[in-house]
Amino acid sequence: MRAIITVIGKDQVGIVAKISTACAKYNANILDIQQTLLQEIFTMTMLIDISHISKDIGILKGELEEIGKEMELKIHVMHEDIFNSMHRI
Amino acid sequence: MINTGDILETIKMIQEENLDIRTITMGISLLDCIDPDIDKACEKVYKKITNYAKNLVKVGEEIEKEYGIPIINKRISVTPISIISAASKGNPVKFALTLEKAAIDCNVNFIGGYSALVQKGFSAGDEELILSIPEALSKTERVCASVNIGSTKTGINLDACKLMGQIVKKTSEMTADRNCLGSAKLVVFCNAPEDNPFMAGAFHGVGEPECVINVGVSGPGVVKAAIEKAPDANITEIADIIKKTAFKITRMGQLVGTEASKRLGVPFGIVDLSLAPTPAVGDSVAHILEEMGLEKCGTHGTTATLAILNDAVKKGGVMASSKVGGLSGAFIPVTEDSGMIDAAKCGSLTLEKLEAMTAVCSVGLDMIIIPGETPAETISAIMADEAAIGMINSKTTAVRVIPAIGKKEGEELNFGGLLGHGPIMKVNTYSSAKFINRGGQIPAPIQSLKN
Repeated sequence: MRAIITVIGKDQVGIVAKISTACAKYNANILDIQQTLLQEIFTMTMLIDISHISKDIGILKGELEEIGKEMELKIHVMHEDIFNSMHRI
Repeated sequence: MINTGDILETIKMIQEENLDIRTITMGISLLDCIDPDIDKACEKVYKKITNYAKNLVKVGEEIEKEYGIPIINKRISVTPISIISAASKGNPVKFALTLEKAAIDCNVNFIGGYSALVQKGFSAGDEELILSIPEALSKTERVCASVNIGSTKTGINLDACKLMGQIVKKTSEMTADRNCLGSAKLVVFCNAPEDNPFMAGAFHGVGEPECVINVGVSGPGVVKAAIEKAPDANITEIADIIKKTAFKITRMGQLVGTEASKRLGVPFGIVDLSLAPTPAVGDSVAHILEEMGLEKCGTHGTTATLAILNDAVKKGGVMASSKVGGLSGAFIPVTEDSGMIDAAKCGSLTLEKLEAMTAVCSVGLDMIIIPGETPAETISAIMADEAAIGMINSKTTAVRVIPAIGKKEGEELNFGGLLGHGPIMKVNTYSSAKFINRGGQIPAPIQSLKN
């Protein structure tokens, strides 16, 4: 099972560090990262493998949302299948 | 990996444009619960529903959390109760109370199927059930009732039509202390679909399997946002934009439906490709029509724009799902749509225009509040008009009007929540009593002779 984390907000020090730390904490393996900066708006999408995570996906999601609140970023975690079914035939 | 633009588009749809799965509805057959002893029948009904649907809400919530897509309602539909109650002697309201208890214990917000199919006449149990609807809806909160009074194949049962006018009014009277909420849970159909997941008209048809999962998607906000991005497009291009958007929305429904059916161990039924509005800002079908170029919903051009929308939604959705069914189209419930509420308040949207719109939308006159003093015969005649549109055009039509007891045209009624609020609309005051009191059966139209 794979999920996609998206992060949108003002660029600042430590975004990737904090998110990848949270992923490591719950044994979610990072498979791919794409990142762009559009006029100071930081946009990152991260593909993670959640087949062997140590806790429920909801807990990882909750922790990432906490990070989002702290750093004033919008962070979403969604199952990869949502994007696949919507954008690929 | 999927490109960032596509990912952001999906997230925007969910976060800002109110894309959601409107309902996962589990259809359960109660045919094997029939028993001559009404108490035994009720016990079987309760056991069967709570057994099949015990994990429905849990699974729905799990999918919601795992996939990150909101699933607003988890519901149950059952075999029309008149078929079950026909075998038992006694007050059919017992079944309504049983359904209510099952709905509470399964934690679903609505259960549909307190229904009778009388398009060609009443069989044993039908009339008793219909007569018990006002009491059943006044003693329950989650039970929804529906009656099919006509079809293209059979014509329209005018006797049932007459009776339903009285029943709707009585239901409103008996729930007058709760803003007449009872009649908001009562639908009169022509050509009722047997696999509709949407309330209040959902029931589990007799041709349906033992248990099935049907999914209703939504997303008027997403369609409106997509049209907004093309302010200068011609109408062919607009239809194309709607189609593409409907495709994406439906794919989401297909995914959730397949997943829910797998986890519950129940076959997947259909995706209902409907645009179902809510009173929330940015979730309005009327605003889509306005975005297409109308100053106000209800003005001239409304029927044409709605026809384009309804057709494009079907065309886009049908390729996105393995099985499509239910009502599939655009809903136009007045009190549940902020744009319709505004249009009705300012006088642009009238009952007559709504009737015309129902010839091209997916359902019918829906969630319309009428003056409390409207005679039962007039309500019956509204139903007859609507059923005639359905019968001749081989489509589903329905009437869900709420007589606001003790209130007059121009005043307001507020149900709260998804059922919304709205102004009391003007109804033609000339009498239709003689026509309705003639009774009998409106013969099936020539369109019915297809064999």
